[in-house]
Amino acid sequence: MAESICRSLRDGALEGELAPTLTIKDSLASPFSFNVFSHILLQLSSQKSQSHGIVIVALSRSPSFYADLLKNKGVELSSSNKWIHILDCYTDPLGWKDKARKSGNVNVVSDQISLATSSYKSVKDMDKLFLAITDLGRGLVGENKVRFCVAIDSLSKLLRHASLQSVAGLLSNLRSHDQISSIFGLLHSDLHEERATAALEYMSSMVASVEPDHHSSENCLSEKNFTQGKFSVRSKRRNGRVRETSEKFKVEAEGISFASISAEDGTTVAGLLPKVQFNLQLSEKEQIDRAKVVLPFEHQGNGKPIQIYDGRRSLEESSGEGAPISRCKNEDSALGEIIYFRDSDDEMPDSDEDPDDDLDI
Amino acid sequence: MEHKELNLLNEALGFHNNNLYGRFVLVEDTVDTTAAFVLHQILKHSFSSHPSSSVIFLALSHPFSHYDRILRKIGCNLAAQRDNKRFFFIDMLMLQFPDEGKPNDVGFAAVFEKIESVIKALPQDNTKFVTIMIDDISFLQVAANGSSNDVLDFLHYCYTLTSEYGCAFIALDHKDIYLNEEKPAIISEMEYLADILVKAEPLATGLAKDVHGQLMVLHKQHGISPVKIHNFHFKIKENSIECFYPGTKI
Repeated sequence: MAESICRSLRDGALEGELAPTLTIKDSLASPFSFNVFSHILLQLSSQKSQSHGIVIVALSRSPSFYADLLKNKGVELSSSNKWIHILDCYTDPLGWKDKARKSGNVNVVSDQISLATSSYKSVKDMDKLFLAITDLGRGLVGENKVRFCVAIDSLSKLLRHASLQSVAGLLSNLRSHDQISSIFGLLHSDLHEERATAALEYMSSMVASVEPDHHSSENCLSEKNFTQGKFSVRSKRRNGRVRETSEKFKVEAEGISFASISAEDGTTVAGLLPKVQFNLQLSEKEQIDRAKVVLPFEHQGNGKPIQIYDGRRSLEESSGEGAPISRCKNEDSALGEIIYFRDSDDEMPDSDEDPDDDLDI
Repeated sequence: MEHKELNLLNEALGFHNNNLYGRFVLVEDTVDTTAAFVLHQILKHSFSSHPSSSVIFLALSHPFSHYDRILRKIGCNLAAQRDNKRFFFIDMLMLQFPDEGKPNDVGFAAVFEKIESVIKALPQDNTKFVTIMIDDISFLQVAANGSSNDVLDFLHYCYTLTSEYGCAFIALDHKDIYLNEEKPAIISEMEYLADILVKAEPLATGLAKDVHGQLMVLHKQHGISPVKIHNFHFKIKENSIECFYPGTKI
């Protein structure tokens, strides 16, 4: 649940414990991890939490984008310098513009951003990045036991610039830092090898997956997939238990909204049946009638000898011949008897189960 | 006539409200269906979008004469625009890194510096109406000897120009050259980055005489404007392109 994730992040870390870490995972079929990221960022900015400051490591969005995001949500930017600081790894991550400036070719362009921003120009160096993040954080909250939160704009971008080991090392160092309250970042699962995604998921205490409603094999680009989908969260509790929950989400102009999956959505399974002009389902009455049908070999006998017609004249022959596959016992009695054990009682009609599955060859 | 035929494309791209400035448009095509006409159309329209608009064109696949000829057929004089300092053609046909022992990123940084210096040389007010076009990304990868990371770094820097100056950034790439790779890094990363995605694909039913392909234009959510998807078919004619809704071709 989105609300519970925000709560966990707000509650932060206990003394001597690793900081709760959230990875928001998406794919091209439903690329909304950034919407979720912004939502969580806004929640943490506006509500009381263990952390007294947020450091945003901006790699895929400009600092002015974050300034606009906060401003549009009514967050007071003039006092924001006290609790939010952006590490700008977007504008000049590799120092190219810096070099151009030094060689005298280009003039410096000053950006009027209302949020406190520090540029960072060596995005390939994870150790330096760690120092930069922690320095900024300490600058915000001071040296005491006060904690700050770290938001990483895109773990995918970090993985592109540095090896998996160094990114994992960075995350690990951040988690064990005693002044970091919580960490959250987003990841595009289809840009990396599975092991990279798995490694980062393993290091996170919470993994939120953004998925489309229906996984279609064809071109997944429909307007529906671009406005809504499924939001699944897998969180590891302190006692070691893993909890999985799912919600629906909808992306609107104002932001992203979450709703629990209601019972009607359970009918999505029924929705997978082909839409044809005849009815493939059974109504209540039909189900009752079907249950009432007396199958052959299930005659109660009624005192009369059971007569099975097996296609031959001699109806008085011993029963048992022409009997169907399922278990039937022939008892040694004067009258032949078939005791028919139906084993298909709990099988749904039109089920695809292979009846030979229980053969013990 | 040409106006009417291309109405669908113009509408889909949002030309009427100058939708492209400040956005990254990724045009994807395949061997069977080329989307170069989309580039040509955007190029033509960028000159009429604003009296002081300009275009910086990074050409890696065709020389100037090629574009000049094609644009003239659709009523745009590139040579005149070039002389008027509204069309900057950066010829990169012979681009190859490493160049004289310099590593890839230095080479790409130099190309980026060139683009930025062109923008900064423009009058202050005109920097908002610049369109940067790259034809096409696959050649950047060839120039970088297959290093997708360097190409992505370069594309990221070009992308920062959209937020820094409000430029429009248009790039063409071919989808099917990445099919054999386990991790199609460049095209997927570009799809995540793109604000507007234009995909040209062949028809699911195969080749046809009257319909050459289908075009999908996706506008991702940008601020308050909602998601919009346009789907239509097109036919490439001698001097123009005809766009129509599926099934309406007479």
